[in-house]
Amino acid sequence: MTTTAPRRRRHGRVRWWTYLLLVAAAVVCLFPLYWMFVVATTDTATATRMPPAVVPGGNFLHLVGLVLETVPFLGALLNSLFVATAIGVGQAVLCALAGFAFAKLDFRGRGTLFLVVLLTMTVPTQLSVIPQYMIMSWLGWVDTLQALVVPGLASAFGIFWMRQHITATISDELVQAATIDGAGTWQVFWRIVFPIVRPAAFVLGLFGFVTAWNDFLWPFIVLKTPERYTAQIAIKALQNSYDVDLGLAMSGSFLATAPLVVLFVLVGRRMVAGVLDGAFKG
Amino acid sequence: MSGVTLTLVPAPSTAPPPVTRTARGLGERLAPYAYIAPFFVLFAVFGLFPFAFTFYVALFDWNPIGDQVFIGVDNFTRMFGDPRFWNAAGNTVSIWFLSTVPQLLLALLLAHVLNHARLRFALFFRMSVLVPYVTSVAATAIVFAQLFDRDYGLLNWVLGLVGVEPVDFVQSTVGSHVLIATMVVWRWFGYTTLLYLASLQAVPRAVYEAAAIDGAGSWQRFRHITIPSLRPVIIFTVVTSTIGGLQIFTEPLLIATGAPLTCGAVRQCQTLTLFLYEQGFGEFEFGYGAAVGVALFVVVVVIAAVNYLLAGRIRADR
Repeated sequence: MTTTAPRRRRHGRVRWWTYLLLVAAAVVCLFPLYWMFVVATTDTATATRMPPAVVPGGNFLHLVGLVLETVPFLGALLNSLFVATAIGVGQAVLCALAGFAFAKLDFRGRGTLFLVVLLTMTVPTQLSVIPQYMIMSWLGWVDTLQALVVPGLASAFGIFWMRQHITATISDELVQAATIDGAGTWQVFWRIVFPIVRPAAFVLGLFGFVTAWNDFLWPFIVLKTPERYTAQIAIKALQNSYDVDLGLAMSGSFLATAPLVVLFVLVGRRMVAGVLDGAFKG
Repeated sequence: MSGVTLTLVPAPSTAPPPVTRTARGLGERLAPYAYIAPFFVLFAVFGLFPFAFTFYVALFDWNPIGDQVFIGVDNFTRMFGDPRFWNAAGNTVSIWFLSTVPQLLLALLLAHVLNHARLRFALFFRMSVLVPYVTSVAATAIVFAQLFDRDYGLLNWVLGLVGVEPVDFVQSTVGSHVLIATMVVWRWFGYTTLLYLASLQAVPRAVYEAAAIDGAGSWQRFRHITIPSLRPVIIFTVVTSTIGGLQIFTEPLLIATGAPLTCGAVRQCQTLTLFLYEQGFGEFEFGYGAAVGVALFVVVVVIAAVNYLLAGRIRADR
């Protein structure tokens, strides 16, 4: 998985209880998603029967229809896709660009400004949702998607991460050679640096995408009309309308989770590698 | 992604950077500032200013659609005498404790066994434990509320098989805290496990091998190699899970469907962030809500300071 990991050598065999423990952990992690699907496909009578049904039923399309009747859920999924993609791509590009400036360009105040970037990570901005809402109100951005996207583009950690990565993977000589050939810093970034660090930027964007897709508190505060809801807020709306019908909110949760599970099956190994390689190292 | 190597050690900065200031046009000289400007502008407008403004708003009786009256520290005096605030603070601490301790212990154990050199299906296990992380808090809350439901939940059905009366988790104080903590643990223990595993992989295999040759058993290796080498990252995760714990909001909002803003009729599971939301956006008391935000900030600072001292002591001990 990582080239930095020490070479694996044998030190004792793996005991059976190790696998038992890991299988149990995997079951604990995967079962709630399976259960979400089971309830999302059964009618209320079956979902409320005792003992509960443990296999999926055939009621999925009926419940999806009910979901779409209650709240514009397809639109909510598209809103989520738009917001999460904009934040993921935006963070990847902006952080790579700023990380490149801090790693490879010389400018007055570089060290101090980078320190400021690191210090901003210590400010718990989530605690100031009330003034944040007031700003959105002044800007006329309440109940708009840009109220979610624009603040989400800034990532101090992303800049730190990309700077470390660019420092480690791109030699000064390469940048120098390109500069001597007459390339401006923008060309150096876009034609040389970014293609090389794109895998790291991709993982950064992936985490930004997942976080934005799953965000709840801020969209819940800012979004007002059902047409603007993201998928998470639509789940809450489903719960409001039919809080007796367990299947409905579960169907919504399933619809909102399934795209990320598919994404995770496709690129989850890169997210795992991302956490193992640098999301934090002490 | 393979081949990414990152450390927290800054690159040596003694050698001059390759692109220097000389012989370049004004545009090229200003370019670096343009590259970093988006972050600073965004942070100033949407991060720093609202943060500072919280302290200002907290000094007002601030109605978003009415008057703003300066009242000094009255919001804080009121807060300290408000049993709802202390109730929310108590709930937050209780949920934080119930979620952090099991999460870290579980992550320690799993990271230790995942680090085994000859483990099969390692990628499958690593990916499995990260699946909850990509599941949203809202979906997690919905599915766990259903699993823990008094009448139709799988858990109570299983409990019923062994003769336990159905437990109404949401309506009881301890039960609702356990329910919320379970959601938090489920969503985060895998991520924490991978953070610990990342640190463990930095420990040379030879250390474990030498210990094994010297006769150290599995437990002794865990106790004397794994735990000490994880100390920095353990402290890091305690701090992040504490700051995260102070912001628990979605779970209590979604489990008590009858009274979401208070998380139940008697506020049995209302957290501080939910109380902030209730005051700010339910009661439209922006000033009072901001004061709760300031209180949360003070708690974060205290925790960070305690952590700093603790980390210093641990360094001194070694």
